[in-house]
Amino acid sequence: MHKLANPTRFLRLTSAILPFAAAVAVACIGAGLIWGLFFAPPDYQQGDTVRIMFIHVPAAMMAMGVYVGMAVSSAVALIWRHAVADMIAKASAPVGAAFCFLCLLTGSLWGKPMWGTWWVWDARLTSVLILFFIYIGYMALWQAFEEEAKAAVAAAILAIVGVVMIPIIKFSVEWWNTLHQGATLITVDGPRVDNSMLWPLLLMIVGFLAYYVVVLIYRVRGEIHGRRSRMMRMAQAARHQAMQPAE
Amino acid sequence: MLAAFLAVVRRDLLLARRQGGASLLVIAFFVMVIMLFPLGIGPEPEMLSRIASGVIWVAALLSVLLSLDRLFQADLEDGSLDHLALLPVPLPVIVAAKIAAHWLTTGLPLILATPVLALLMQLPFEGFATLVAAMALGTPTLSLIGAIGAALTVGVRRGGVLLTLIVTPLYIPVLIFGVGAVEAALQDFDPAANLFFLAAILLGAIVMAPMAAAWALRLALD
Repeated sequence: MHKLANPTRFLRLTSAILPFAAAVAVACIGAGLIWGLFFAPPDYQQGDTVRIMFIHVPAAMMAMGVYVGMAVSSAVALIWRHAVADMIAKASAPVGAAFCFLCLLTGSLWGKPMWGTWWVWDARLTSVLILFFIYIGYMALWQAFEEEAKAAVAAAILAIVGVVMIPIIKFSVEWWNTLHQGATLITVDGPRVDNSMLWPLLLMIVGFLAYYVVVLIYRVRGEIHGRRSRMMRMAQAARHQAMQPAE
Repeated sequence: MLAAFLAVVRRDLLLARRQGGASLLVIAFFVMVIMLFPLGIGPEPEMLSRIASGVIWVAALLSVLLSLDRLFQADLEDGSLDHLALLPVPLPVIVAAKIAAHWLTTGLPLILATPVLALLMQLPFEGFATLVAAMALGTPTLSLIGAIGAALTVGVRRGGVLLTLIVTPLYIPVLIFGVGAVEAALQDFDPAANLFFLAAILLGAIVMAPMAAAWALRLALD
């Protein structure tokens, strides 16, 4: 892990991962969409609307998973002062927020035909909305500080504190009686989805994950290059000042 | 360490009293928010008794939220926070003392005012004891979690709005179980499960919040 704290080594490693992740993302999302939208059977209860699941479920998993990843890399950043872990957490937030928004949006579109309403104040829906606000608060905290080093520590503390909400979201459908259906994919007895739908769903999940890796690598790279150019500008300004004759 | 803890609590209580009626302001805000509901929704007793527990909880949440931004700010501005941090006592202990003082000046008065407001909001009498018990378990958590947000935003311009954005999502479990306990009591169920959840959240917050807040305060100090 310490090896990865060196941005140059991180850049080299990610250049190797990037084409692979991009290929997986394109292949899995492409195949999953075609399989899910055209070949998977319609649900016996929900008909064709069940196909929203192939976007909705991976988005929901990523919304939570990205947050957990952010909290873990924040902890790594705090404990080992790992510079790249900070950047990973920072770069993840907008992506996680986007997954969260996508999950809420597709859920709303799915809810209208199934439940007859765009929105209900049910535990699962509400807790995902809360997660969205936590993402926004996290991003706002990054912006609030002028010094990047301070912002990093503050945001890391918030990310770690906020992670207590994740189990609440995950288990909200079991702890409260809600309109939202219970877990069908990750249960003690294994998945309760028929194979005809499970395979395209798994493909989409892997595809979303790979897509996240691709976007994350690009965003962290941007962050590294941004910091370097800032440092170079500052060094140049200092040199410029040193060359001025004293008045 | 206990002596230092008690000394900081005493100091903050004294400051709150000398600076004049911080608790009174919080109570006034609490009453006014609750007052808006019968005016806004209509004074029908059945309607009010149905929403009473939720309204009281939301008003309590907002009152605590409003009182948070001064928690560390005054001490940071006049430099006393630097002195507190230099004491040969771990900073989380100092922070815990300040949180305790905050609860004594906001949470406790809110709890004392709650039965009267529950009466005014037509809450059925069966819910009274549970509401007060839930508030007793829930309001310390609000001070504890709030302190993390207050510490994170203490050195920040326009920190107040940011504080609200950060803390509100973390308050929601307290709200859910707090209202849940009263609802259970009103429907003749045992509210114990909800109260245990509140107690568990409180214990978790006692362990975690002073450390997280102290960590965040160190940022503002260097």
